[in-house]
Amino acid sequence: MELAFLAELTANGALTGLLYSLFAIGLVLIYKASSVPNLAQGALTMVGAYLVLALARDAGLPLWAAIPLAAVAMFGLGMGIERVALRRLAGRPIVMILMMTLGIDIFLRGTTLAIWGGTSRSFDLGVSSDPLFLGDILISRINLVGAAAAVLLFVVFVMFFRTRLGTRLRAIADDYMASWSVGISVERGVGLSWGLASIVAVAAGIIWGEIQGVDQSLSLLLLKGLTVAVLGGLDSIFGAMLAGLILGIVENVGSTYLDPLVGGGSRDLIVAAVLILTVMVRPHGLFGRHDIERV
Amino acid sequence: MFYRLSGVHHASYMSDSRLYKIPADRNLALFFLALGLAAPFLFGSLYLNSYVLPWLVWTAAALGLNMVTGWAGQLHLGYAAVMAVGAYSAVHAAKFGVPWEFALLIGGISASVIGSLFAFAALRVKGLYLALTTLAMQFVMDWVLTHSPTISGGSHASLQAPTFALLGQKITSDTGLYYVAFGWCLLVTIFMLNLRRTGLGRALVAVREKDYAAAVLGVNSFYYKFVAFATSSFIGGVSGAILVATFFFLAAPEQFSVAVSIQALAMIIVGGLGSIIGTYFGVALILLMPSIVNGIVAGGASTLGLKLNVESLAHIPNAVYGALIIIILMIEPLGLGKLYGNIRDYLILWPFDQLKK
Repeated sequence: MELAFLAELTANGALTGLLYSLFAIGLVLIYKASSVPNLAQGALTMVGAYLVLALARDAGLPLWAAIPLAAVAMFGLGMGIERVALRRLAGRPIVMILMMTLGIDIFLRGTTLAIWGGTSRSFDLGVSSDPLFLGDILISRINLVGAAAAVLLFVVFVMFFRTRLGTRLRAIADDYMASWSVGISVERGVGLSWGLASIVAVAAGIIWGEIQGVDQSLSLLLLKGLTVAVLGGLDSIFGAMLAGLILGIVENVGSTYLDPLVGGGSRDLIVAAVLILTVMVRPHGLFGRHDIERV
Repeated sequence: MFYRLSGVHHASYMSDSRLYKIPADRNLALFFLALGLAAPFLFGSLYLNSYVLPWLVWTAAALGLNMVTGWAGQLHLGYAAVMAVGAYSAVHAAKFGVPWEFALLIGGISASVIGSLFAFAALRVKGLYLALTTLAMQFVMDWVLTHSPTISGGSHASLQAPTFALLGQKITSDTGLYYVAFGWCLLVTIFMLNLRRTGLGRALVAVREKDYAAAVLGVNSFYYKFVAFATSSFIGGVSGAILVATFFFLAAPEQFSVAVSIQALAMIIVGGLGSIIGTYFGVALILLMPSIVNGIVAGGASTLGLKLNVESLAHIPNAVYGALIIIILMIEPLGLGKLYGNIRDYLILWPFDQLKK
């Protein structure tokens, strides 16, 4: 296999991987603040994409107005989910919290599809579908735009965590008991992180909706997003970015070489294998905090 | 009033370790046993075979999952994969000419072997990470099923199960198939009822509450996690095989997808972790709810004169299913079994409830 081909696979894998990171940032934000693994993030992404589509198509708004409106609405939805469903489960065993997010996932998916229907629709972001040539390497333009959005979001969040509000969120993530005792409203912080994660879901929904069409398959990003988040260490945004790059490259290069051997469809297998290996070898991921358990 | 006693007061260890501490509970169990035996004569064959039979088989399967998640406290998001192993190996064995009794056993044992792999994940991690690992294993199993023609016959193929037979007698009648499902559910229920009275059951509960603390007390927590996974996988494998043999009549990968795993977990959480009667309620609610909602929505739309399109009609049961999980977790996180227990505890003391505590 020649080097240029490998370089192309790597470059495209890295870009796709950054798109996974874009999705995983939402998971990390919520886990960081409240130790809740949000299995409804896939459904939130789907709702975000459908909402933008509904505002742009059905209500006839221009995209530059539809996207912020959808982001505001989703911020409210995320805060609402936390307030209504998750807050009263705080301190309950993890199995109930997991089931609650799964229930929200099923509910959001069912409601969205019941309202807007399941046929695949597409955005028109105005990004040309012609590939971009960098030397010998072919790159998809929308992937490049999405990767740029992911990096931009990452930078925004790094800066946000340096503000006063962000410092509060970091304090909550660090030790919520201590934050409580110094007068930080932990509930409001956790609610805010759900709102922010829902905004991230809108961004991921737009980019992924443009790539693969807006339909139910958007919620299937969950497994990949979870893998990226776990590999990066669940509570590290930088970890999620790096893990996205790694997973994207491994998946793209690996599946190209593996597909002829097993007869196609090895992408999901690679993702699942990465997830299992990560948990077996290094459960706290690349940059996650390693908690010590006391009896 | 219904229980004719005010409080449960044991005077000996024997009475404390009885299966039914209250005569009314035993009578209720006997009543439902008689009802189960008489069901073929009470219900029409449509209700019997499309509602009662899958309910019983799924209850048996869910009790197996409840053993590993409710009793031993190990999260399991790959239960459908284990059921698939049991179903496919039993069907293959039966196709090969093995009598069904042994085919079921083969299905159970092979499910147990594969299911024990999940226990190795439990050795290393627990809680959320165990859930994610078992979820990933479920995806791997889905992939193996759809990508190996020798097992499933190809990605969109289904495997026809040979006619079910026990002791050389072919069982084809609705009543016969119902009794097979009923017998299996009864066996699993008796096993689970007695589990909490044994050392194994107490060890599992100790591991659930805190595995390190259990280890300090001399309970080998990994051994018991392993036993929990192996036993529950055996139950799941046989249930999967019986489900295919008596209800679906053919095995297809979609019957054991990740959504089914989540559904099984929903059954035991809605029903109540570690509650047997709750598992019956939970399975009934999750399994029968879609057809009920379908009926209500279709009926409501036609009486109100609304015109719903086909897609909405198809997805509303899903939304209701999700909403049901959310609502029950919000009202009573310990599930329907706990609600039943609350009512029962109240009624035990009822006319004298000012005396309690």
